[in-house]
Amino acid sequence: MQNRASPQRKHTISVMVDNRPGVLARVSGLFARRGFNINSLVVSATQDPEISRMTIVSMGDDAHLMQVVKQLNKLINVITIFDHTEDDLVERELALIKVRATVDNRSEIMQLASVFSASIASISPSEETMIVEATGDENKIDAFLATLVKFEVLEFVRTGKIALVRGAKST
Amino acid sequence: MTGGEALVEALKKEGVEVIFGISGGAALPIYDALAKPAAASIFNVLVRHEQAAAHMAEGYAKASGKVGVCLATSGPGATNLVTGIADAILDSVPIVAITGQVPTHAIGSDAFQESDIMGITMPIVKHSYQVRRADDLPRIVREAFYIAGTGRPGPVLIDIPRDIAQAEVKEFIYPEEISIRGYSLHLAADPADVEAAAELIARSSKPVLYVGGGVVNTEAHEELLALAEKIDAPVTSTLMGRGAFPDRHPLSLNMPGMHGTAYANWAIRDCDLLIAVGVRFDDRVTGNLSKFATNAKVIHVEVDPAEIHKNRHADVSILADAKDALRKLVDACAPAQHPDWRRQIAQWKEQEPLRYANNGKLKPQYIMEVLSELTDGDAILATDVGQHQMWASQYYPFKRPRQWLTSGGLGTMGFGFPAAMGAKVARPTEEVWLVTGDGSFQMNLQELATSVCFNIPVKIALFNNMSLGMVKQWQELFYDNRYSGIDLAKVPDYSALAQAYGCVGITVKTPGEVRPALEKAREIDDRTVLIDFQHDPAEHVYPMIPSGQSVQEMRLQPNE
Ligand SMILES: Cc1ncc(C[n+]2csc(CCOP(=O)(O)OP(=O)(O)O)c2C)c(N)n1
Repeated sequence: MQNRASPQRKHTISVMVDNRPGVLARVSGLFARRGFNINSLVVSATQDPEISRMTIVSMGDDAHLMQVVKQLNKLINVITIFDHTEDDLVERELALIKVRATVDNRSEIMQLASVFSASIASISPSEETMIVEATGDENKIDAFLATLVKFEVLEFVRTGKIALVRGAKST
Repeated sequence: MTGGEALVEALKKEGVEVIFGISGGAALPIYDALAKPAAASIFNVLVRHEQAAAHMAEGYAKASGKVGVCLATSGPGATNLVTGIADAILDSVPIVAITGQVPTHAIGSDAFQESDIMGITMPIVKHSYQVRRADDLPRIVREAFYIAGTGRPGPVLIDIPRDIAQAEVKEFIYPEEISIRGYSLHLAADPADVEAAAELIARSSKPVLYVGGGVVNTEAHEELLALAEKIDAPVTSTLMGRGAFPDRHPLSLNMPGMHGTAYANWAIRDCDLLIAVGVRFDDRVTGNLSKFATNAKVIHVEVDPAEIHKNRHADVSILADAKDALRKLVDACAPAQHPDWRRQIAQWKEQEPLRYANNGKLKPQYIMEVLSELTDGDAILATDVGQHQMWASQYYPFKRPRQWLTSGGLGTMGFGFPAAMGAKVARPTEEVWLVTGDGSFQMNLQELATSVCFNIPVKIALFNNMSLGMVKQWQELFYDNRYSGIDLAKVPDYSALAQAYGCVGITVKTPGEVRPALEKAREIDDRTVLIDFQHDPAEHVYPMIPSGQSVQEMRLQPNE
């Protein structure tokens, strides 16, 4: 009878919006007001200067996702929404990780980095730090961060997810 | 031409004949444009509080079906509109709210009378614009009216910085076409969905039509009547849908929900098919959702996709304008008869009609009965919020859409009087009544002045129980009679107050005085008349399904 509960999972949607001031506030405000969570949100330019793309990851069941999409669609500045739940995606996040790098462990860090196809963005030998730059999907970044824990991770920053659908289908 | 003049020109193109508002620093260039001969066709109503301007625009919109317009200056003027805008989003009322703003260069500097009205109203508008170039004004006005009035209607805000209203508009170009790529309407029902719905209807032996504001907004009452009669389905109309179906029709079940009739709620409980049209399964109707219409399949006709499956899963949904969907359903459905179901409903109506204890005291329900009889169900009725609102909805025999103006979603005390005035401006030849409570009326009674100064006469039936009656009822039923903050005392003398404003004031204390007072009020056409009905303050609204509960817990009368 009622909306049947489906499992909670992370949903990725691409929201194409008018590239105008205030649109981000409308979108994020809607999430806050309706009690929808945002796991990550990335705003980016697109090939059309009048359109921006928001890649949003939100956790919830399928009914939740349906409400998110429908409520977003009611915003006049939202042009189209792509729900990627069933899509074959290329997904990427970027992370910058600052680790303590002494003369002794520096090469080990570099070796680990190459296993994860990460690169060294900066080395400050005098202060014994190093910034490693990694890209990949969420799991890969999580795994990389986990392996770096045995060195001293001083701080890190990671972007939200961006994604495109494989093949000719446009998103 | 200035930006302000371009605004006026654009409003005229939209057919605007009245604006309700109050001026101020940032709105001066707009008001200046309204003073020029080009604006002569626009009735410029100076209200006494901006909240009332917003509700007047709503009342005008509800009574006429057109978009209502209110206007305020920046800062406090704009924030005073907020309650009206919030009311309009929840009840899907098409209004355009225009606000002055500090000059563009001062925005963000905490300038005098600056408030971020775009930010403040973002969650409660259908859309909003801050005008950054005077040349954009015509297009923005065109879009604003289109968005406000189409699909699921709602409020649109246009914030105009003072320098923009003063700037020179080189060429006034009013766009013929509208293209808003992020705004698409779903008005035409998909024939496959209609077919699927018709099949469910054909298989049903106990159908109920549950109809609301969507039928009123699209004026689909004739189609609804045709469908109800063709498939022999009783109709219950929600608080927002009163007037969608004539209450004196044998198929009418009156209102469902918390203070709905017992027979409407029992019919919903026992029906095997609920045909929901232009409704949103609001909690005041459903109570506990998991116990609502548990035996029924659901057909949901709705213009807003976000409402479908939101509160209740629909077995068949029709995403469309109520009028289009109902017209197609009438064609698709085979005629049917449900004599057993009709007999059952007739029996419920007999067993448990709307009733009250007539014990010689002045009963509010009795006032509604006499008002209904004298006006024969033809008046336009506005209400405020509380017990009087429920009695008005329960007892008035509505005949058609746009006769009933009430604040349902937000439940805004103070809505009624200005809404009644807005309706009177829209329909000057009709008899407009306000049914209000002493609490609610005091939230916008300053508009008595506006009604006198602009000759907008309405008839006020003030249901005076010297308290916040609905709150008192809850304290009596659920809080062991512990009264807290509900006593309004015998202040003021409303009849004298009305007279002080130049209106007619009448005081009624006994049942015998009701009819003559109402008759006298009906004879006065040139002034606002207020009748202070000092009714039995102990009266409760019944039936009642306590909040969050279900039809099983419905209370029919005190101690029953
Ligand atoms: C602006 C606002 N404040 C508070 C409430 C909560 N409220 C709901 S009904 C009610 C009492 C209304 O009293 P009155 O207008 O005298 O009507 P009555 O119930 O006595 O008929 C109150 C305070 C509200 N709905 N709106």
